[in-house]
Amino acid sequence: MSKEHDRGMTVIVKTVTRLTVGLILLYGIYIILHGHLTPGGGFAGGVIIALAFINLDLAFGGGVSAKIFSKGKTSVVEALGAVMFLTLALLGMKYGGFFDNFLHPDGSAGQLVSAGIIPLENIAISLKVGAGLFGIFLTLIVLQKFESEKK
Amino acid sequence: MISESIVPLFVAIPLGGAFLIALLKRIKGIPDIFGVVASAGTFIISILFLLKMEITPRIIYNIGNWGGFNEVLGKIVGIQLVIDGLTIFMLLIINFVAFIVAVYSVNYMTRYTEKWQFFCLFLLMLAGMNGVLITGDLFNLFVFVEIASLASYALVAFGTEKRELEASFKYAVMGSVASLLILMGVIFLYSYTGTLNMADMTGILAGSEQPALMYLVFGLLLTGFGLKAAMVPFHAWLPDAHPSAPAPISAMLSGVLIKALGVYAIARVFFTVFGFPHQISIILLTLGAISMGVGALVALRQWDMKRLLAYSSISQVGYIMVGLGIGTPLGILGALFHLFNHSMFKSLLFLDSGAVEYAAGTRDMKEMGGLSRKLPVTSGSTLVGAMSLAGIPPFAGFWSKLIIIIALVEASHMKLAAWAVLMSIVTIAYILKVTRFAFLGALRDRFANIKEVPLLMRISLILLALVCIFGGLLLIPEVRDTFLEPAVRVLISGMRGGV
Repeated sequence: MSKEHDRGMTVIVKTVTRLTVGLILLYGIYIILHGHLTPGGGFAGGVIIALAFINLDLAFGGGVSAKIFSKGKTSVVEALGAVMFLTLALLGMKYGGFFDNFLHPDGSAGQLVSAGIIPLENIAISLKVGAGLFGIFLTLIVLQKFESEKK
Repeated sequence: MISESIVPLFVAIPLGGAFLIALLKRIKGIPDIFGVVASAGTFIISILFLLKMEITPRIIYNIGNWGGFNEVLGKIVGIQLVIDGLTIFMLLIINFVAFIVAVYSVNYMTRYTEKWQFFCLFLLMLAGMNGVLITGDLFNLFVFVEIASLASYALVAFGTEKRELEASFKYAVMGSVASLLILMGVIFLYSYTGTLNMADMTGILAGSEQPALMYLVFGLLLTGFGLKAAMVPFHAWLPDAHPSAPAPISAMLSGVLIKALGVYAIARVFFTVFGFPHQISIILLTLGAISMGVGALVALRQWDMKRLLAYSSISQVGYIMVGLGIGTPLGILGALFHLFNHSMFKSLLFLDSGAVEYAAGTRDMKEMGGLSRKLPVTSGSTLVGAMSLAGIPPFAGFWSKLIIIIALVEASHMKLAAWAVLMSIVTIAYILKVTRFAFLGALRDRFANIKEVPLLMRISLILLALVCIFGGLLLIPEVRDTFLEPAVRVLISGMRGGV
């Protein structure tokens, strides 16, 4: 057996996770990009993306996802999302007001590229929420390790 | 002259500062610079708006440029930001204290690690408070209350010792209950009026017979905002939370947070939306009088300097509530003036307690003594703050208490007036305890080598002390007409009386 199976859950869970994790990630991206047309949006999509990473940790044991996306990176991405959101809102002030939708004032209903800055704001929120939630998860893992080492 | 379009900057500047600090935390000095610059920026903008107030007494700003829909649909769509006399009054107080506290924190927070987290949360809290003040939308007010509260829960736990975490948890639980009650109140109001805009709500509520549901809403909102304002019987979290936070945050919490989320919200909702019904007057007078007494009497027994000051805050908020509860122009003037004074002297005293802790390493007054010889600036400014709190003329605190007591007599609440006088004597007793045990007497050997606090901390202490000395000048008619009177007029004009 390879070293991979020393940690985490059974082979069944690992195989299923390996097959589905990409789909979960894709679904999260779909929810974000389609947020202005169908139910969902930046917050829900961000949570789903964070869950895809958390899923990896649950199946393969702690520390796998942190190699892909470290704690430091999460805080940078999170802050970037917030700054992007605020910048878009402030840009509107040049065109008529705070949060003014300056890109597509008259979008056509149902079209993917139609709602002006709203999809962009959704992307910003998803970065903030996804990275934030995943960062909290990583912090909890570190705390848990710390606690178990103390015992 | 500034344009009206910069109203959202009150929220955007602190938010942007907080996010940029989180992004650029690695660069040395960035948290300090951004923290001070952002709070100074909002303070300068509030001064500019105060100057603009004389020309346009009420500014309405439509977020997202939704204003055009209002005329088409015949009702207000989207969120409005409103700036009137009361808002400007509160904005000036809060952003001034925040600026002073930010300057103080540059030196003080070197005691802790992860300074960037402090400034990030501090600016988030400031954004939340400014948002509460400028919004004209009741649900939006709830959202900003939550932003400020969540940041303050984290800040109370900033030391991450056992005691701080416990205090923060208690504060978070009680704060969440308060938020839930406020949210329920907003939901019921929305279901009845069909709008969330406060000006719209006022119109609908004034024009119709109000159902019994309104009493439930009164109860929910008064309990919710009362918890945030720490009125007795809702005060249990404050004596733990305020002393546990780092000193600059104690100053922010006691000085401005309980006023923005509690007192201001109560005044805004019950005066301008509900038109100050008679029942609310009685409730505010009763709870205010109880808070006054309980806070002052319990403060007498404290030996922890910050805990004593925290109980004192409960007592002083009682004075403000009584002033509001009288409902006469003089009473409201006294309440708002006392709110201003309390922000100044309580922030000053908390910053002083932090300075003592910084220099001497203790908060227990039994262990102190004779510190005035070693810490001249700290002890001098504490004395000024203490005199203002105790209501000794000519310090600012004397005038506001005097106005409240005169207003009580005028409204023939004789017993309450006597109670207020009695409690201000108790106030003198507990605050003299601080100056006597901490700063006078013989210097202990272990404090022989302590030094006065760094320059930036001294500057902020001196600035606040000057405001406490000269605050009484706000009552000069010319100054009063630009600063205090517009705020009083906003509350008076909202009063209709009776449900």
